[in-house]
Amino acid sequence: METTRRDFLMVGTKLLVMTAATAAAFEHVVAGTPEAVTTYSTAEHWWAMLIDIEKCIGGGHCVRACKTENGVLDEPMYFRTWVERYHVNMSDPDHPIVDSPDGGINGFTEKYADGDGKTFFVPKLCNHCADSPCTQVCPVGATFRTNDGVVLIDKDYCVGCRYCVQACPYGCRYLDPRTHTADKCTLCYHRLTKGLVPACVEVCPTGARQIADLKNPNDPAHEFLRTHKIQVLKPQMATGAKVYYNGLDGAVR
Amino acid sequence: MRGSFRDFEHLIRLAGIFVAGLLLFAVARAEFVPDDFGKYGHYRAGAIADVAARPMAYAGRARCTECHEDEVNEAAPAKHKVISCETCHGALLKHADDPAVDVPKADGQALCLRCHAANTGKPTHQPTIVAKEHSDEDSCVSCHKPHDPRMDQE
Repeated sequence: METTRRDFLMVGTKLLVMTAATAAAFEHVVAGTPEAVTTYSTAEHWWAMLIDIEKCIGGGHCVRACKTENGVLDEPMYFRTWVERYHVNMSDPDHPIVDSPDGGINGFTEKYADGDGKTFFVPKLCNHCADSPCTQVCPVGATFRTNDGVVLIDKDYCVGCRYCVQACPYGCRYLDPRTHTADKCTLCYHRLTKGLVPACVEVCPTGARQIADLKNPNDPAHEFLRTHKIQVLKPQMATGAKVYYNGLDGAVR
Repeated sequence: MRGSFRDFEHLIRLAGIFVAGLLLFAVARAEFVPDDFGKYGHYRAGAIADVAARPMAYAGRARCTECHEDEVNEAAPAKHKVISCETCHGALLKHADDPAVDVPKADGQALCLRCHAANTGKPTHQPTIVAKEHSDEDSCVSCHKPHDPRMDQE
């Protein structure tokens, strides 16, 4: 009796192993070859954004264009990009007054008198960090940095846990209430891969926003980075942020 | 000796259950995890194509220029030459794909003032006005042509 049971277990185990192996092999057969490769190659690009604060007029064209291009919800608080107005009173430079009415989508009405401290606009968006905290905390592999340097979200995989929303030091993520998944700037990846610039860059009337491909030796961004004093937001966070600001005041958080 | 063999037997049974559990996990994983997961990193490689497949709304300046060279030439000598058509005219990929699609009229004065209304936050090199003082809030286009707004033209 005892040997029969052992035989039974042995045969059963062997059968199970073979079934599993066959199933795994069959998966690969039905999957076929990966879809045809397009002319866009992730290995040939490394995307970044240049923002020239000295050119930003706070018109909000970028905010509107972003919402239109990406189907972002109209309600305030849902932004992939937004514009902040900083007012630094010289008697208390450590405590700037920051406002962003509706993300600056309709521009800014006059609020401060000339000569009363300094006032300037700071456009913000996902920094597409090379070592992003948001991708590190995702428990399901739903957000990641691509080989061409863009941080994206897999809407099919996102479980809406909001870890990434909390992890982003720049407040660039939100939970889309329509899909209950995280959402943020994709750097208009659907346009970049077709050779176009992001919608915000397209509509910026003063050229304050520029897209930069740092792997392209002919990109004018190299000249800009070389000839300007550049800073990223929160460099102490060591996120490898790739939105490079020219003329960024120390008061900006 | 018989006693020790009986003790061994239940361990085999346990090992069998354990192996069966592992196999079940392997089969379930092969079934549910997409093949392209982990191709580039801890994510589904196909997600990149999903994001890239999003339809566009803005055509881009180059598309506009294909048909509207006259307007581009009109703006050429003026400062407005650097501004993309869709900055003022709105997202027009649908129009570029099918010229029969109407282009909504640009929103006149409000649009001009978005960039040109005086505001302390704007950089000093930006040309700005206070509408009340500048033209008593009269329409901008009664004096300026939007594509070439210079007053000393012709």
